[in-house]
Amino acid sequence: MSQKRFLAWLLPLLATVFMAGSALSADLATLVTNLVTGGYSERDVAITALAASGEERAAPILQALSAGDLYVRTADKIVVIGKGSGKQVALIDAITGKDAGTAAEDDLDKVKVNNRLRGTIDAAVGSLTLMSPNPKVRRQAADSLFTRRDASALAALDPAIAAEKDSAIKRAMTEARAAIVLTTPETTPAQKLAAIALVRDRGDRDAMAVLQIAAQATEGDVKAAALAGAETVRNTLAAWSMAQNVWYGISLGSVLLLAAIGLAITFGTMGVINMAHGEMVMLGAYTTFVVQQVLRSAAPALNEFSVIIALPLAFLVSGAIGVLIERSIIRFLYGRALDTLLATWGLSLVLQQGVRSIFGPTNREVSSPSWMSGSFKVGQLDVTYGRLWIIVFALLVFVALLALLRRTPLGLYMRAVTQNRPMAAAVGIRTPQVDALTFGLGSGIAGLAGVALSQIDNVSPNLGQGYIIDSFMVVVFGGVGNLFGTLVGATALGIVNKFLEPYAGAVLGKILVLVFIILFIQRRPRGLFALKGRSVE
Amino acid sequence: MMTRFLWTGMGRNLRLFVLLVLAVGIVVPALNLLMPKTSPFYVPAYALQLIGKYLCYASLALAVDLVWGFCGILTLGHAAFFALGGYCMGMYLMRQIGARGVYGNPILPDFMVFLNYPELPWFWHGFNHFWFAAPMVVIVPGVLALALGWFAFRSRVTGVYLSIITQAMTFALLLAFFRNDMGFGGNNGMTDFKDILGYSVQADTTRAVLCFASALALAIFLIISGAIIGSRFGTALIAVRDAESRMRFLGYRAETYKLFVFVLSAAMAGIAGALYVPQVGIINPSEFAPGNSIEAVLWVAVGGRGTLIGPVIGAFIVNFAKTYLTGALPEVWLFALGALFIVVTLFLPKGIVGLWAQIRARNLAKKATAA
Repeated sequence: MSQKRFLAWLLPLLATVFMAGSALSADLATLVTNLVTGGYSERDVAITALAASGEERAAPILQALSAGDLYVRTADKIVVIGKGSGKQVALIDAITGKDAGTAAEDDLDKVKVNNRLRGTIDAAVGSLTLMSPNPKVRRQAADSLFTRRDASALAALDPAIAAEKDSAIKRAMTEARAAIVLTTPETTPAQKLAAIALVRDRGDRDAMAVLQIAAQATEGDVKAAALAGAETVRNTLAAWSMAQNVWYGISLGSVLLLAAIGLAITFGTMGVINMAHGEMVMLGAYTTFVVQQVLRSAAPALNEFSVIIALPLAFLVSGAIGVLIERSIIRFLYGRALDTLLATWGLSLVLQQGVRSIFGPTNREVSSPSWMSGSFKVGQLDVTYGRLWIIVFALLVFVALLALLRRTPLGLYMRAVTQNRPMAAAVGIRTPQVDALTFGLGSGIAGLAGVALSQIDNVSPNLGQGYIIDSFMVVVFGGVGNLFGTLVGATALGIVNKFLEPYAGAVLGKILVLVFIILFIQRRPRGLFALKGRSVE
Repeated sequence: MMTRFLWTGMGRNLRLFVLLVLAVGIVVPALNLLMPKTSPFYVPAYALQLIGKYLCYASLALAVDLVWGFCGILTLGHAAFFALGGYCMGMYLMRQIGARGVYGNPILPDFMVFLNYPELPWFWHGFNHFWFAAPMVVIVPGVLALALGWFAFRSRVTGVYLSIITQAMTFALLLAFFRNDMGFGGNNGMTDFKDILGYSVQADTTRAVLCFASALALAIFLIISGAIIGSRFGTALIAVRDAESRMRFLGYRAETYKLFVFVLSAAMAGIAGALYVPQVGIINPSEFAPGNSIEAVLWVAVGGRGTLIGPVIGAFIVNFAKTYLTGALPEVWLFALGALFIVVTLFLPKGIVGLWAQIRARNLAKKATAA
């Protein structure tokens, strides 16, 4: 915002203020000097004048005054802002904002302030921030006005609304104005009714509070309108909280999907529950950690892409270990599913302890790139970028896997082996090779999941353990050997979990889900989407 | 008549083994109580406690073996039954503390006072009497096993799915018992026990008696299991394990066999847990951890599944190794445990007890090819 326009709309405001003429012509130094001389009533006037000057330094000076950090240096009568307390206070020149050395507290003269002045300062700073060139500050000022509903800010709001160019901030200011109008007794019923409509459309928890306060303070039509508005807002809120729960559920579901989809493949093809699957996820997370460590020293510029670099590496690390496990242990145990379960459990203990010995038992710090941190709002829905990317990533992995299974020869072989191993072998598919590759693929995907989970969970040797039981549940619920079953299973369990949480608490919700699955398996022992094979047992 | 049936139903080896267990149960406490502390034959109190603990683990292992080794149900949740039995005993012991707790409340255990319980939850009533708590040790795990087994076996959930169900069950219980408002002491569980049946749990004589009771329980379980396995019922049970569909086609109700053994085994695990708690002096939700159940399965696998002696030997060997290694080389223990799982499943499918037979079979095969 240019200085000229800034002053143009400031003028009418200034006209109402005592000392307006001198304030406009006076420079900052005079204004500040006025601030520190005279009694409380003169100071009150000076505060308003300083605020009205529109100077950039006005806000920090006034805030310092309010906090009791504004001093006059006894030696040269310069006004300074002190930081910290104790014998030596670090000083900033109030007018220039530059460092002014340090001074002992005895050499400083504190500019006194009382509660009435603080009130004036708050209102003055509020209107200052409403006109700040920084849109974030303006937005914050508008939002805080909505909750404070400071009647004195009305005068500052009108010019701010008129000058505002950003439509979202303008809307926030208009809503703040409406909230003030609603809660001020002096306004007419017509104004109040218009304000109710505005506040109602805002539709959040603060809006409901404003409407409820208004309903208590008013009579007749206005009261009825306020109550109806509050009811509308309540319904809006319920809908949004439902949407938020669904979002959280999808987010949890995407994590479950990532963790379980590799398990679904290995379990589907070999009928083997790989208890070390969670450790493959953990290895993926640790790969991310190592990649970040290496990049930090070797190529700091690439740090922003460390997660993307880690993805193929994690796939290779976990996948290679998976193939190794299959070749060295699991292939000797085919047809003995329960023994495989025990052996892989043992393996998971070894891997955990191995990682613990190498990296230590404590959590390792994995940083998030900037494009994965932060959040934005869709309506009243909080969407964090990290979660959003994980959902996108889970879907990408899902689609890629689906394409692999449906469109490539390896996928064809894998499906053939899943459906009927002896027949597949009879038509010339090398089942041992397919087994090894399938196991490697499933483990590699677990590694990918590990990269994603390193962004939202603690990277510790126990990372995998927390997901293994949930992953089983998803696979068993969705049905074995069916990727869509896993997708539906993961999303459904995620959403159900999040919907139960508000009513039953996180732990009880989880218990209920477990009990539900235990009962569900009794009904449909082969899961939601059972694969129709020709096996006898 | 009944005793003769039980006794003669067993093989000679098992009979000797039961006598050995009883001998340990008598000699070890006796050496602790009667020998002077300077004697080389004196058994220190911690060793007595350790052996009592192992005896309880052995009972749990036998319970697991009964369903896994003889019925083909790989249970990954048997520690839950063990812990439930332990909690029943723990509740009795908590009520015995009475007004001697930190807060001195004669009715409410300390943790309830701490968590502001207004009164005793309904399910705690009766646990101040031993005659009530003792049957509960069997009934609570038994009823849970009955409910779970009833649903699972009737809908023919088998194999890995059943393993997952049992694991989910113990995991759900773990989460539930961690909650403070469940009324079981939450995270911290129950501890600071004072006395059992009027005798101090800290006293040497009480510990000796508990150790003997554990051995007696194990001996009785061995006799019962031997009788069952040796009977026609046992033959049918093993047949269900090996060819369930065929047994079904022949007109046997496979689910009834499984259910009976599953409930019996849960009850055995419950009793083992109840004997375990006063000896270690604490019960907390970590007993429900899925890892514990799987470890119990390992004891059976190491000793030899499908034999009655194997699980006992396995429980002793693995737990002795655990006690030693977690003390001397804590880093190595998980490696050793993990490797044990892999080695046993790959190379010792019949466990240590089956090793002899395995070697003999190999030698025979070699001779056959040589000849």
